[in-house]
Amino acid sequence: MLLEYAAIGIMILVVSLIGLIAIGLGTIFGPKRQTDRKAAPYESGMTPIGPGIRRVPVRFYLIAVLFILFDIEVVFFLPWAIAFRQLGLFGLAEMLIFIAILLVGYIYAWKKGALEWE
Amino acid sequence: MTQLDFYTLLPVMTLTIWACVLLLVDLFILSERRGLTAILAVVGLLVTMGVSISQMGREATGFNQMIVLDGFSNFLNLLLLLTGLLGIAVAYGYNRRMGIERGEYYPIMLFSLAGMMLMAQASHLIMIFIALELLSIPLYVLAAFAYPRPESEEAGLKYFLLGSFSSGFVLYGIAMTFGATGSLAIPGIVAAIADGTANTSLLLIGAALILVGFGFKVAAAPFHMWTPDVYQGAPTSVTAFMAAGAKAAGFAALLRVFVVAFPTLSDQLTPIISVLAALTMILGNVIAIAQTDIKRMLAYSSIAQAGYMLMAFVAYGNPAVQAVSVASALFYMVAYTITSFGAWGVVIALEKAEGKGLAISDYAGMGKKYPFLAACMTVFMLSLTGLPPTLGLIGKLYLFRAAVEGGFITLAVIGVVTSLLSAFYYLRVVVNMYMKTGDPEVARETWLDFTIGATALLTVVLSVVPAGLFAWASQALFIALK
Repeated sequence: MLLEYAAIGIMILVVSLIGLIAIGLGTIFGPKRQTDRKAAPYESGMTPIGPGIRRVPVRFYLIAVLFILFDIEVVFFLPWAIAFRQLGLFGLAEMLIFIAILLVGYIYAWKKGALEWE
Repeated sequence: MTQLDFYTLLPVMTLTIWACVLLLVDLFILSERRGLTAILAVVGLLVTMGVSISQMGREATGFNQMIVLDGFSNFLNLLLLLTGLLGIAVAYGYNRRMGIERGEYYPIMLFSLAGMMLMAQASHLIMIFIALELLSIPLYVLAAFAYPRPESEEAGLKYFLLGSFSSGFVLYGIAMTFGATGSLAIPGIVAAIADGTANTSLLLIGAALILVGFGFKVAAAPFHMWTPDVYQGAPTSVTAFMAAGAKAAGFAALLRVFVVAFPTLSDQLTPIISVLAALTMILGNVIAIAQTDIKRMLAYSSIAQAGYMLMAFVAYGNPAVQAVSVASALFYMVAYTITSFGAWGVVIALEKAEGKGLAISDYAGMGKKYPFLAACMTVFMLSLTGLPPTLGLIGKLYLFRAAVEGGFITLAVIGVVTSLLSAFYYLRVVVNMYMKTGDPEVARETWLDFTIGATALLTVVLSVVPAGLFAWASQALFIALK
């Protein structure tokens, strides 16, 4: 049984070797001319402003969490919509229960003011 | 999907729906009337309890045998609902006093409780994993409930990180088991093992990984490291609930999975579990001696108690003693739940803001000033040690008997010796209360006093007439799945 995995093992080995060789050749033979500009952190070509680590309002975090919540809801919608005909009424009821549970969370977040940007 | 499916899962569903509704209702309750949420939560628990009582003696499976209703799950459901009621009773006044009276407390607690009950009813590894997460995630939130107190936040984060790590172990174990047997349902696993189609070594790895994950949940050594810190940092009302509830649910899943699905692995697993049990008993009891903080002391004591319960679990593969082992484990769970809730209740009564009033020396002079509370605390300490006339003694007797009958005499001896050792730190609290002078200050809250008194009474009365409870625990059998 283990032999079946041998191909994957060889593949991993060869891929890592190729990667190491490519990086190794570059490191050994490539010219190294460090300038201030080259050593600076890459910021999409813009001149870097201020330190890389700075405070971000926690509000972003809250919005991100809420986004994930409802994004995942949509992720579940998609396969359900595709299999809608096969699942029939049973699937519809299941989905409605799922939405109802998420709705509880939505109303909670709304009432607690998590959706206000003040 | 039939009516029977819903009937099987009715207690969990009642509780979950109630918790969802409560979360919404709480939004519209004025903050001065927060107590109303607690009362509504109690109503929900009582309704669920009624449902569970009506299901007594019934056996059924639902959702393609993913959920089972049997004596075992019914027993645990009722025990867990009792845990919830006691948890609300001790939290009611405490949360107000500590300034953490937030309405979310009760719905979150009900969600966690629903997870625990699902754990007792699950008969499918994925359901067990869902139940595990449903019980754990609310507990992570509850542990950090006293924000912005740094200790509480630290406890929550620590519990979350280590808890998700251990969930990973369970999940990996489930994956291994699936790889070995080609099934996630416990009946399917049993069938694959019986056919001989299962890959034994892979199955063993899977079972061992599941054991590690649940060992973490029930705080068995060497997976206990989180316990003292989390128990100490979390609000005491949460600690009381967590100590009793999470442990009972963890053992419920362990017992069902191992007794029903993995009895053939007992040759390899029994030595491992017996070492775990011995280590847990020794480690918990020895380290508890060095503690000066009552919450840390009770945390190590809860580790030690997990060790005693593991002792019943050791002989799980031996069909001759299996039934009595499971029954004595269940009996001890009841004893531990009642006793530990009482003890945590007294701790809550003495605790003051900013984590004051938690040193064992703060209990000096209790006997004079508050004879009722001191007497109750004495009962709890005697029960945790295993001295008469308390439920702890009877529970330990049953456990030791199960271990001896299973042929684990060394383990029983370790249990007795460590119990003797534990007398040192439990009785130190009693000595402090009666023989030292001090001026403790106690918060008198009706429901807290009621809980402490009722649990103390139960601890004594049930020890005089334990036969009924033990007979009930003996009836709590696993359903035979085909």
